[in-house]
Amino acid sequence: MYPHRNHQKDKPILDVRDVSVRYNGRVALESITFHLHVGERIAVVGPNGAGKSTLFKVVSGVLQPNDGEVTISGSQPTVHSCIAYIPQRSQVDWNFPVNVADVVMMGRSAKLGPLNWPKKQDWDFVNHALKTVEIDNLSKRQISQLSGGQQQRMFIARALAQEAELMLMDEPLTGLDTPAQEGLLNLLDTLRGQKVTVMVATHDLEQAAKHFDRIMLLNKKIVAFGNPENVLHSDNLLSAYGGRFRTVEGREGLLALDDSCCDEGEHDHVH
Amino acid sequence: MFINWLLAPLQYEFMQRGMIAAVLVGIVCAVVGTYVVLRGMAFFGDALAHTILPGIAIGYLITGGARDTLFWWALGTAVVAALGIGAISKQAEIKEDTAIGIIFAGMFALGIALISTVRSYAVDLSHFLFGDVLGVSVQSLWLIIIFGAIVLLTIAAFYKEFLTLSFDPILAATLRLPVNLLNNLLLCLIAVTVAVSLQTVGVALMVAMLVTPAATASLLTQRLPTMMAFSAFFAALSGVIGLYLSYYLSIASGAAIVLTATAFFLLTFLWKRMKSV
Repeated sequence: MYPHRNHQKDKPILDVRDVSVRYNGRVALESITFHLHVGERIAVVGPNGAGKSTLFKVVSGVLQPNDGEVTISGSQPTVHSCIAYIPQRSQVDWNFPVNVADVVMMGRSAKLGPLNWPKKQDWDFVNHALKTVEIDNLSKRQISQLSGGQQQRMFIARALAQEAELMLMDEPLTGLDTPAQEGLLNLLDTLRGQKVTVMVATHDLEQAAKHFDRIMLLNKKIVAFGNPENVLHSDNLLSAYGGRFRTVEGREGLLALDDSCCDEGEHDHVH
Repeated sequence: MFINWLLAPLQYEFMQRGMIAAVLVGIVCAVVGTYVVLRGMAFFGDALAHTILPGIAIGYLITGGARDTLFWWALGTAVVAALGIGAISKQAEIKEDTAIGIIFAGMFALGIALISTVRSYAVDLSHFLFGDVLGVSVQSLWLIIIFGAIVLLTIAAFYKEFLTLSFDPILAATLRLPVNLLNNLLLCLIAVTVAVSLQTVGVALMVAMLVTPAATASLLTQRLPTMMAFSAFFAALSGVIGLYLSYYLSIASGAAIVLTATAFFLLTFLWKRMKSV
């Protein structure tokens, strides 16, 4: 069997202590300390290069931090197969010869163990996961033929098939139109009941405020972490985004102009 | 009669052996080649095939040209070279393809230099470079069968691991699959495939057997198992047609096989283009 460690129920699902990461001497993350409880949903917000992806890689155990320690329910990430890292859509080879069900079944690889082929129980897991994210009608479709929102749902289904307890989503909203974004966020809300802890990296401050329990404002360090109303102040935002961020007093409150987004044009965020 | 035309070459036992070898090698190359194509390792495969030449050359010099032992020299060099290239490509000082290019050309030159110390080297060198499928002995055929089967069984046994690793390495890592072990295992499988294919197509044309049938199949299907099956089909068919062309047109067998595979690719490519217009 591939490694799997049982969870200590009295420990936080994620405990990050004084973690620093440097790439070739350049600081990517500095003295990050926080912990999450089971079932929480967190938005990680910050400019490009703030270390959001790096943080996720450290949390998932794919990258070893230079300093500090990460524990998942009491033990190091590398003994857990319950962490799902959902990649940015731009980093996926969408022409790979697999259909939706194939991708979701990949989530079962660890539970299956070496030399075992999927059994009925595993197909049940896959089908149930596809139903939960409402794309069971697309299971035989080649992955390049999905819309952006459907692609994200497929990866959430894969995380469910993996029996993930901590889901890390790297900018899942980027490049989606508003209905698809809302659909995805509503889906995350319905997953609340499954006790899955979710961390989402996003550029969208408004969505973050509306759908997440806590917001982490990140720029190599944690600038602020807490309830949306406590975190999203212009002082915090200015300190996280620096010169690339301007706040404007608008008719409906604070209007935050994020200059750092590059993928799908500029967004305006209203608070 | 067409049937006589087909049967005529098969009256020779070396043609029968060559035919079986070409089909088997084609299938093994095609299945392994699916991963070579999907993971963008074509240059690695080409480099690996060329890099084993000095190993073959040393075996050739030591044994005085005994063909059947050359397989083991090829196998040993290929595994060492594959793991070596794999290790080099992880360091960051020189770009991966540059590092591979330097080593592969250097090793290839060393191989040619070694073989050229023998007076009658031209004929033997051309066999190493371009293959000699009609010279396959019964013993060589058995080696192809055994090691080809090992490669195919390993690919089948670790199907879901290789699939997961190739599609999403980070998923493989977070599922705690043994990523380094699997990567090295795949490199070793490519190495064994290169050794198995040596006598059929030779080092210079090897990359075509790894890449061309798999690329043809990738144009026709969107599932990995069907891609492997189509790829194996095109490779086996290329082996058979190539040998008939070689027999009737008196052209080099390895080149004939590769040209047939290339023709299948071009026809498929054009057919797909016409269909989409």
